[in-house]
Amino acid sequence: MIVVGIDVGGKNLHIVVKKGGQILAKATGPTGIKKAEAAEQLYDEVLNKAGLTRKDVERVVATGSSAKRVAFASGAIPDAAADARGVTKLVPSARTVIDVGAEEGRAIKVSPEGKVLDFATNDKCAAGTGTFVEAMSRALEVSLDEMSEITFQSTQTLSTNAQCAVFGESEVVSLIHQKTPKPDIARAVMNAVAGRVASIARIVGLEKDVVVVGGMAKNAGFVDSLKKNIDMNLVVPEDPDYIGALGAAEAALTGAMTEQVDAKILGKEPSQRGKVNCF
Amino acid sequence: MIANYGFKDGSGDWYVTIDTDKCNGCGKCSEVCPAKVLGVGPDEIDIFGEKPVAFVKHEERKKIKYSCAPCRPGYGVEPAPCVAICEPQAITHSEGWKLQFGFR
Amino acid sequence: MTQLPGIKREKEMAEEVMKAREFWRWPETNWVNLDIDWKKGKVITAGVDVGSVSTQAVIMVDGEFFAYGNTRTGSDSPTSAQKGMGFGLAKTDMKIENMDYCIGTGYGRVNVPMAQQFITEISCHARGANFMYGPEVRTVMDMGGQDCKAIHVDDRGKVLNFMMNDKCAAGTGRGMEVFADLIGVPVWEIGTRSFKIQKEPPRISSTCVVFAKSEVVGLLESGMPENDIIAAYCSAMAHRILELLNRLGVKEKFVITGGIAKNEGVVKRLEKELSIKTAERVWSKKEYMDRGYPFDTQLAGAIGAALFGNVLLKMGKAKSARKA
Repeated sequence: MIVVGIDVGGKNLHIVVKKGGQILAKATGPTGIKKAEAAEQLYDEVLNKAGLTRKDVERVVATGSSAKRVAFASGAIPDAAADARGVTKLVPSARTVIDVGAEEGRAIKVSPEGKVLDFATNDKCAAGTGTFVEAMSRALEVSLDEMSEITFQSTQTLSTNAQCAVFGESEVVSLIHQKTPKPDIARAVMNAVAGRVASIARIVGLEKDVVVVGGMAKNAGFVDSLKKNIDMNLVVPEDPDYIGALGAAEAALTGAMTEQVDAKILGKEPSQRGKVNCF
Repeated sequence: MIANYGFKDGSGDWYVTIDTDKCNGCGKCSEVCPAKVLGVGPDEIDIFGEKPVAFVKHEERKKIKYSCAPCRPGYGVEPAPCVAICEPQAITHSEGWKLQFGFR
Repeated sequence: MTQLPGIKREKEMAEEVMKAREFWRWPETNWVNLDIDWKKGKVITAGVDVGSVSTQAVIMVDGEFFAYGNTRTGSDSPTSAQKGMGFGLAKTDMKIENMDYCIGTGYGRVNVPMAQQFITEISCHARGANFMYGPEVRTVMDMGGQDCKAIHVDDRGKVLNFMMNDKCAAGTGRGMEVFADLIGVPVWEIGTRSFKIQKEPPRISSTCVVFAKSEVVGLLESGMPENDIIAAYCSAMAHRILELLNRLGVKEKFVITGGIAKNEGVVKRLEKELSIKTAERVWSKKEYMDRGYPFDTQLAGAIGAALFGNVLLKMGKAKSARKA
């Protein structure tokens, strides 16, 4: 059976095409402003790569912040569920998942079977996300890859005050004016984000193996800062940004079209998500 | 005087509230806080106030969301240590932690 | 950031801003009270409020408003304090040595070299708002460059309750400046342009300024008229402030101080959501109003600081630092 998992994230789309246990093709591209269209386009692109047409696909499961924009999806699952499934498939020893994307950072406690036992997220604020690092990279006038590299060249630890991407940018600019070496600034930025992510992870408990996924997992500098902060070994699977899509594909394979995370987590009441969706 | 220390951002309301009229400056909250965010000293806001009061340290105010999270203020099985030990019940937390990190 | 030489007048400044494309700059101003001969005054106090974005210095003679300077904060607080004070004294022959007491206030731990004491901006704003708007003030909302705070005060300007946010750029001047820069409209035109629309659009949904920026880019690309986008952003900021205020509750007389108070686009929408009108921006003291003394909402902190100086001297809790 051929299935497709699609993760429509805040910044990037990821699609995975699976046939049973094998990945036939995968693709990624920017989500952009017109999310529905971007999804359609990338879908056709990846099917083309796999030499398939839409008719060949049995089921499509979507995940990600804009999962509902995927017109061709048969179902959708929450990000946490997708992460849990995707990670345990690749790393069976995983017990804690840390997913840091462009717009959200989350920590998930997973069971060996790939179920979400507990989770905590950092959302609607850029400070604990990839967006923060990206904004600082612009202020430093380096690419994200460069920023990751120079992190390792840092020779002194700086502490930063700003807890906001907007104020952080001003702070970086003034550090540059004070002639602070860029590697030290880069390290300070990575430490700041890692600190915030680690705090969220501690809420669910850090049980090994701790797996880091999402776009930021590709940033070696960030992963290094995170590792030093929680003082534990971190596992970063190959193509860590595809985990969400992979998990959605896994869900499609098992026929779990929609998955209720959270209904009864360890006998607790459903968690109420803050309704602070306003400016 | 009600002092709300903390911040509000896209992810929620994160405030530690100290009622300085009720606070007797005993300092127990500062001692039990595992994150060491509380201090006791002269009232910064009411400069004519005579007694010392508890407050959240300046450098901790913008990070309070992460500092208080492990104590599960407002939704843990037990109240947060600072709340539990305060006799006049001068210290409370906003709902951010309960709403964002769920019932426990 | 190019440094404009000297202090220009508003119109010249506006032209330079458009040329330099620095849409976040607003005009710097100063003033002296020609009705007061400071040499005949008994007690001269000053307040210097070094904010994250703007710095104000206010000088009071026997508790009366004598002079002020409102400038852009520089690279560090001592320089900004000196610039602000210098600008405030520019139209008079008074020197710092003639002052009895100077109190510094402002954002974070500022270093005001000419001050004898530091008092938090929360207390200073409360007292300053009480002086400017009168003893009926009960709720003060200060929207500064990098913070926003809500304060409940009593009839003497004493703080009863406060809530501050200086962690998140949303609802602060910086949040508005980022937006103004993005769409290329000077900050002081945002308010008026936000009303040049047919219908009130839905507000920008993200609280976070960074995420709101992406939303704005999307709206621009989708062809939404600029003024509509401005309206949507002002609406979002007003709503954000409403959320902060609702935690504290709003009691009239309700006043807004700080830079954003000058942005009608945000203020009017906030009033609408609250169903409470902010107090008129005129001096509570009749003579001040009649004589047309300038009423700048950004001065509340420095005014409060100068007044504290007066009170502390009167109570004998401070010693005069006058040297000449």
